[in-house]
Amino acid sequence: MAGVAELMGTTGVALAAEFHVPQIDEFLPPEIIFAGTPFAMNRIVMVRLIATAVMLLVFGITAARAKLIPGRWQGAVEWLIEFVQNNIVYEVMGELRGKRYVPMITTLFLTIMVFNLCGIIPFANMSANATFVMPLLFAVWTFVQYWRAAIREKGLLAYLKEELLPEGVPIPVYIILAPMQLIDIVLIRPASLAIRLFANMVAGHLIVALCFAATQFFLIESHNMMAGFGVLTLAGGFIMTLFEAFVAALQAFIFATLSCVYINLSYPEEA
Amino acid sequence: MDLITLAEVTGSLSAVGYGLAAIGPGVGVGIIFGKAIEATARQPELGGRIQTLMWLGFGLVEFLALLGFIAGFIFR
Repeated sequence: MAGVAELMGTTGVALAAEFHVPQIDEFLPPEIIFAGTPFAMNRIVMVRLIATAVMLLVFGITAARAKLIPGRWQGAVEWLIEFVQNNIVYEVMGELRGKRYVPMITTLFLTIMVFNLCGIIPFANMSANATFVMPLLFAVWTFVQYWRAAIREKGLLAYLKEELLPEGVPIPVYIILAPMQLIDIVLIRPASLAIRLFANMVAGHLIVALCFAATQFFLIESHNMMAGFGVLTLAGGFIMTLFEAFVAALQAFIFATLSCVYINLSYPEEA
Repeated sequence: MDLITLAEVTGSLSAVGYGLAAIGPGVGVGIIFGKAIEATARQPELGGRIQTLMWLGFGLVEFLALLGFIAGFIFR
């Protein structure tokens, strides 16, 4: 759809204005408060702070007013938390081992999901995970946790030996295998977690922006036969917004599951 | 158009490059999920273990596609 829009924009007949495709350079919103100081904030940082405050308030109030017989809202929150506990943590790690990681993974899942959903909330319109720092922070948390688990459960040297020099491999292969495994456990695991979340959020935002920019161009700026495409891109924008909501939950799920998998790999293989 | 310039491409070739580069990981992710479903259907009692391995492989394979995304920021 975007390709069609671009094609029409460049080759269409006597268009009133040039179609402006949203660029990656224009992605960052301008700084709005404290500009020029080290505490300069743009909209993404604002969204982060507000989302965190709202989340703490909502869950804090829910927890403070929790009753033995849950009401509708409490039931929904409990369903969400039990989903993380049973379908993510216990599914991957088992109940015995997973118990201590339930709070961490629940925090990760809910925070990432709420931050992602900011991308479709009006007036926020930007996922709080859409700059690299926030996903990186979550990934570093997972990184620290799986190294800690490895050192606690196996010991650092035993863990490194098991990861870098696995048994049952011909000795010359170690020359290739050991560096690859080292890069994997030190760099690729946290980097892929962070980049996956970040890339999905940026790409989703750009697609929605592209759809609505095309709508603006076709319906308002260019007065010709192309208005039909504007209706099409408008519908596409709404569909992409719904798709963003789906991706928000999906990425939170993938992040939480992969965190569990990585932490679980630090534990000794169960017999 | 002269004889030397038979075909001309305008616009960003890197977008085409990223599209081509995404084919490999796309096929890979498809194979991983398909095989995981197949394996779970054969051995439902190993579902948890298979799912763990599936996510692990998915993480590695998808990283290749994501490298292409990052390349857009690095090589401009």
